[in-house]
Amino acid sequence: MSSPSIRIEGLTKRFGSFTALDGLTLELEGAKCVGFLGPNGAGKTTTLKMLTDMIFPTAGSCYINGTSVQADRKRALSQAGVLIESPEIYPSLTPRQALEMVADLRGVPEPEWHDRITEVLGEVKMADWADQRVGRFSKGMKQRINIAAALVHDPEVVILDEPATGLDPRGMAEVRAIVRGLKRRNRLVFMSSHILQEVTDVCDEVALIDRGKLLFYDTLENVKTRFSGGIVSLDVGLARPLVDEGLVRKVSGLPGVASCTALEPTRLRLQFSGGREGREALMEGLVGLKIGAISLGEPESALEEIYLKQIARGD
Amino acid sequence: MATPAPGATPAEAHATVPDSLTQVFRLSRYQLREYLFSRRFLVLVAVVATIGGIITAIVGHYRGALVSDNLAFYGSFWGGGADVVIVLAAVFFGGDAIAGEFQNKTGYFLMGLPVRRAAVYAGKYVAAFVASVAVLVLFLLILLGNGLYYFGTGAVPWQLGVSLLLAVVYLLAVLGATFLFSSLFKTSAYGFVLTAVLFLFGFTILQALVADLVKMEPWMVISYASPVIGNVFAPNASWALTGTITDVRAGPGGPVLSQVYTPGILEGVVIMLAYFLLTAIAGLLLFEREEFA
Repeated sequence: MSSPSIRIEGLTKRFGSFTALDGLTLELEGAKCVGFLGPNGAGKTTTLKMLTDMIFPTAGSCYINGTSVQADRKRALSQAGVLIESPEIYPSLTPRQALEMVADLRGVPEPEWHDRITEVLGEVKMADWADQRVGRFSKGMKQRINIAAALVHDPEVVILDEPATGLDPRGMAEVRAIVRGLKRRNRLVFMSSHILQEVTDVCDEVALIDRGKLLFYDTLENVKTRFSGGIVSLDVGLARPLVDEGLVRKVSGLPGVASCTALEPTRLRLQFSGGREGREALMEGLVGLKIGAISLGEPESALEEIYLKQIARGD
Repeated sequence: MATPAPGATPAEAHATVPDSLTQVFRLSRYQLREYLFSRRFLVLVAVVATIGGIITAIVGHYRGALVSDNLAFYGSFWGGGADVVIVLAAVFFGGDAIAGEFQNKTGYFLMGLPVRRAAVYAGKYVAAFVASVAVLVLFLLILLGNGLYYFGTGAVPWQLGVSLLLAVVYLLAVLGATFLFSSLFKTSAYGFVLTAVLFLFGFTILQALVADLVKMEPWMVISYASPVIGNVFAPNASWALTGTITDVRAGPGGPVLSQVYTPGILEGVVIMLAYFLLTAIAGLLLFEREEFA
């Protein structure tokens, strides 16, 4: 049994004099979700399009499960589920017909179509629309069908380009649930996204590119530690407003706490250095202060801060 | 659960994907279904039925010379109408076959699948060909109905079968060119317009220029070949691989005003097949290199 993998070697793409991607090398292996981040025009979609043979590299190559996409697109893509650029589905087809076409061309045995299609339509919450024509659907509904099409053959590798595009908040949450489900089934998910919260929620690793160059690729935890100079932001939620300013100073004095700021009456922002044991000690310290601490965690904006700092460094 | 099974090796996963030839026919089946569901096929059937109805009304009204000779009847109406029906079918089914995938973004849905680009191109071509033949046969049946009514069952000439085959070969060539034009652009309208303009009068003008100005047989122009569909009904039809030249004079023994070139039947077939091969290969090569940027 081999673990799913994506390998990108020295991938370069030039459009005339413009270099969209400059020697990108990336190796992903195993069951996990890798977030692919970068500002508009950084080269994310260009990379994913070359990874799926929709455009051709100026130099370099891509491999899915060891098969070169450029040399044998059919074999390489047989093991991948792909969603690139929010495609349009033939408007006269129903979701069921569109997915039957995908299953048929991918060689899913016909007796399995019904169950498999029903399952993926259920996953993307489109079962009630299975027999309506796609032409009448909203952008978000079409995107759900596109996600279903990428999953209908239960692929080992899933490549998603901005999967939450056009989806409402509930749809975004459902996409996150689908990605978590894929991870549980030992799938490798490579997903570009602008939504950092989405990446923080479901991704184990992140790769950040800007102007066609890879800035970093690491686990989410390492990224946060590495780019914060060892100091991470932590938010403390309080059950009741903090009225005594002296308590803020006491919190600042806890081991590992570099500073403490009251963001809101019931929320403190700590700058903290220390590993897991340090956090355990911090929690004990907070409880010991009896300030009504009810939660301790990284702020939702942690990845965003790193992202913005790294992008700004290139400007 | 669907194949490949979780944990399947790459080889096992690939083994479930159909071979490219099977994918061509499956793709063409879905494309045909798209023609049906999108009503494109039904619209062209209605157009061809209307053309057939008008011919039926004209023949019924005037009769006389129009129905005096079965060969002349089929030569005029089938020979004259089939190439128009073929061009219409090519525009309807081929004009946006490739360009539409870019313009409508449906290509991103298709190209993420493990299908060779050549299989996509061929699948769409086969579907357009099958749909066009169906429409052509409808036109033939309408004319055959008229022929049977006026000349009886014993007067169906063998040339009609040959002419149908010639029309099918011409269809191959026209669709080949249409797919090439469609591969050249990422906007469907250009493919539609270029096919219609070139095949309805562009090639005919080019043919006249070559024949009248350059004074040579316009064998390199596809419109020169298409009249063989009707010429096959002529009692003195030439089956040669070369064309014949007829001088048009001002009067008996007068000066030659111009020369009329008529293709031999086999010459026409060679020209049409050459167009089919060249345009099919060129279109396929273009599509192989086209980027979904």
